[in-house]
Amino acid sequence: MILIALIAWPFVAGVAAWIAGRRRPHVARWVSVLAMGAGLLALAVVWIVKAPDFALSGHGPFVASVHVAWVPQLGISFFVAADGLSLVMVTLCYALGLLAVLSSWREVTTRVGFFHFMLLWTIAALVGVFTALDLFLFYFLFEMMLVPMFFLIALWGHERRVYAAVKFFLFTQIGGLLMLVAILALYVIHGRQTGVYTFDYLQLLGTHLSMATATWLMLGFFAAFAVKLPAVPLHTWLPDAHTQAPTAGSLVLAGLLIKIGAYGMIRFMVPLFPQAAFRAAPVFMGLAVLGILYGAVLAFAQRDLKRLVAYTSVSHMGFVLLAIFAWNTLALQGAVLEIVCHAFSTGALFAIVGLMQERLHTRDMDKMGGLWLTAPRMGAVALVFALASLGLPSLGNFVAEFLILIGSWRVSEPATVLAAFGLVAATIYSLWLIQRVFQGRETPAVTMPDLTLREGVMLAAMAAPLLWLGVYPQPLFNAVRPGLAALQQRAVRGAPPPSSAVLLPPPTTRAAPTGSDAGAVSMSGDAQ
Amino acid sequence: MTAAGVVTLLPFIALTLSAVVVMLAGTFHTSHRLTVGLTLGGLAWTLAMLPVTAARGGRQVTELLLLDDYTLFFIGLLVLTTAGVVLLSYGYLERRESHPHDYYTLLLLATLGGATLVASTHFASFFLGLEVLSVSLYTLIAYPRLHADFIEAGVKYLVLAAATAAFLLFGMALVYAELGTMSLNGFALLHVTGGGAADTSLLVGGFVLIIVGIGFKLGVVPFHMWTPDIYQGAPAPVTAFVATVSKGAMVALLLRYFRGVSLNPHDTVWIVFAAIAAASMIAGNLLALLQSNVKRLLAYSSIAHLGYILVAFLAVGRTAAVAVGFYLVAYFVTTLGAFGVVAELSGAERDADRIDDYRGLAARRPLLAATFALVLFSLAGIPLTVGFLGKFYVVNAGARSQLWWLLIVLVATSTIGLYYYTRIVVAMYVEQPQALPSAPRPARLGAIAGSRASDAVLIVVAGLVLFLGIYPAPLIRLLEHVVAGLP
Repeated sequence: MILIALIAWPFVAGVAAWIAGRRRPHVARWVSVLAMGAGLLALAVVWIVKAPDFALSGHGPFVASVHVAWVPQLGISFFVAADGLSLVMVTLCYALGLLAVLSSWREVTTRVGFFHFMLLWTIAALVGVFTALDLFLFYFLFEMMLVPMFFLIALWGHERRVYAAVKFFLFTQIGGLLMLVAILALYVIHGRQTGVYTFDYLQLLGTHLSMATATWLMLGFFAAFAVKLPAVPLHTWLPDAHTQAPTAGSLVLAGLLIKIGAYGMIRFMVPLFPQAAFRAAPVFMGLAVLGILYGAVLAFAQRDLKRLVAYTSVSHMGFVLLAIFAWNTLALQGAVLEIVCHAFSTGALFAIVGLMQERLHTRDMDKMGGLWLTAPRMGAVALVFALASLGLPSLGNFVAEFLILIGSWRVSEPATVLAAFGLVAATIYSLWLIQRVFQGRETPAVTMPDLTLREGVMLAAMAAPLLWLGVYPQPLFNAVRPGLAALQQRAVRGAPPPSSAVLLPPPTTRAAPTGSDAGAVSMSGDAQ
Repeated sequence: MTAAGVVTLLPFIALTLSAVVVMLAGTFHTSHRLTVGLTLGGLAWTLAMLPVTAARGGRQVTELLLLDDYTLFFIGLLVLTTAGVVLLSYGYLERRESHPHDYYTLLLLATLGGATLVASTHFASFFLGLEVLSVSLYTLIAYPRLHADFIEAGVKYLVLAAATAAFLLFGMALVYAELGTMSLNGFALLHVTGGGAADTSLLVGGFVLIIVGIGFKLGVVPFHMWTPDIYQGAPAPVTAFVATVSKGAMVALLLRYFRGVSLNPHDTVWIVFAAIAAASMIAGNLLALLQSNVKRLLAYSSIAHLGYILVAFLAVGRTAAVAVGFYLVAYFVTTLGAFGVVAELSGAERDADRIDDYRGLAARRPLLAATFALVLFSLAGIPLTVGFLGKFYVVNAGARSQLWWLLIVLVATSTIGLYYYTRIVVAMYVEQPQALPSAPRPARLGAIAGSRASDAVLIVVAGLVLFLGIYPAPLIRLLEHVVAGLP
């Protein structure tokens, strides 16, 4: 029931904020802060109470689940469940939701109630997406969140907001519709085989598919998730959407929305079509490397500060894609850690850019310089997040990318080597950013007020998890490991051995539920 | 005809008598409000007769009409939609016509034509229903006769509809000459058992001509040319009627008798329908991109939506029939809502049909803008709306029959569709307001009452869009029952 409450709560709070905001904008802000804060508190209780469960795998990997028939004629049910991975994502949703509200405190001044309504509905749909185990429900929420997100960009964004919003909407929509066709094809095939027409993910996992069919269906899912992630040829919506969105929108986009792509691949795509995914892994890892390098190079080439940060997302998400197709324990844990850390580090950078735009009314780096003198606190904070982004040890991103590289080394050495160059590029663009904006020659016309208390607290709250995860990431790994192990087991065992896979070692013998690297072993066999 | 037959025909009798009563009441210079009340009363009476007939079981009345649950369901749908159109017309006509009594008589007669079409089992009743519907529409389109636009649209419709009616008649004659029967059942059976229409050239010719007639009524490519002109030229509530009742009745007929073609995917007729479906989706969505007139845009969008319906129509199995029915309901509700908003905003001078008219609507009339946005997202097939489930159902039916190419076309074109729907949403929410053609709420008392009537329709539409979009199970159960009797 806690899950239903967590999904329904922002919906309700959103409506309340809208109504309250019609008269007094400030009430809408406070309602939203309280809603997100209360959700975080509830989640904290869940984490504390349920924490021992993550160590046990006897109860199955799900710590909470709800299963209610919704449209029984079509085998649709309201099926939500959370394992450690989902719970991490849900917590991230509420945390970033809170930060998004705080970061738009001064930025959003028009239609405040409506803004918080849209923001909270996006968060609610996201919470649903990260817990849905019914493919229909997943798709339903996946698509539903586009509307509030569209409004967030189109109404409160910057100069070219309508263009960016529509582009974002269309890209996601076509990817989503291809996934819908794939979902329905899977549903029909499963129904033909077993006589049970259902969208229940756990039942669909067992569907037998020919290699060709599985590949087509996997591509359908990949279309949706690769657009979201984004993987390189499909990434062009991202710089526009991230740049034009208001700060809260950029936070939610970079921190949560694009993570659906990664989550969807880990949760749905690879486990549903393991053989097809593994066979295509070299291609996708190639795309991942391309994304890492291309994103980094383009980030370096930007004059628009926000666009720079947007392109770094493309680069960082390349690491996540690489990890997913390496598909072993180390890489996947690294991917989850990268998801969390990127949400905070890039989110914070977006927030800082937002604060600067509020003060300077520009995002053009050529018009900045020497800002450290007038705003030393902001410069220091920006430096912390820039260092996180380049992967400085002791901050979470380093651990994540390091794990990803170790994990992918076992699968593909060339890809790993090339990906490692991405870290070098990240160092360049991150330091370049600091150098151009905060150091260098002072622009005489520019004086910038430093951080206020609210802003400082907000940014500190974003730095804290990075530091924590950089020094002691073990609790996070403990939480997600059972869930990931279960998925890894499915993705190895669930598929019939393909005729061509002579190199594939018998997978079942090695696949232990926790810790061991069975997935990595069989994967490396397949990929070489 | 027996007495039992008379009882079975009660819905038709109710509709006909209502039309007569409304016409007679008009001669006594009754008020507009009373006429509307009488019309609604007649529709309610018709609706109340449906369960009476249903309780007696499906029944063939003479050779011409069949009133089973399927027919009754669609009559109910047509009648309810007409009631919505009546309420929309109230405010709309109040603003511009002094004696709009005949309008309601014609609306009732057109509904009668649609109901006859749904119930027909014979070429004669098919044609009769079609003509009653069309002839009423000629007049309805041109009804606000002070404006040249309306008259032009009416005449255009008259010429085109009369020409295609001739095609239809000639096709029927050819089929009759070959088969010796005018029963639609015999006609459908031929396609189920005969493995296609390729038996003789006369039959193929007849079939093609009938397709022309049906395709015209549906407004699918390549018979779609009239749609944008009529949609733009007709008064907004009448456009809603043309888009829903007139097209829906034909879809219901098509679903009952022509589903035989779906059994043979290699048949020429099947390929013709598939080509029509694909062409409608592509042309409808692409041409809608070019429009700056909301009514024309909705016209092209409706061409595309009929294409989606045809995809489900071409799929095999009960699910496909339910999909057609569900999509039709979704399409009725949303189309009524879309033209309802247009009608509500239209002034006495002209209809609010330019996208510019909608600029900044969210600031002026937030609820109206929200309703329009909801309806547009439903047309685009975004979740939480009934349009999403309709599209989902169509894709489901297509996937079950493995119509992959049609589904790819559907996916690609409906993404294009999203673009032009968002254009209107952007105009309403992002852009700055402009002056309206006239004040949105005229000062006269009656007009305000009329606005209340259309407000009521829009509230019901918005409620249905959301309710059916979240909890479709009851409607699906009803539809499964209703299509159970189909071949």
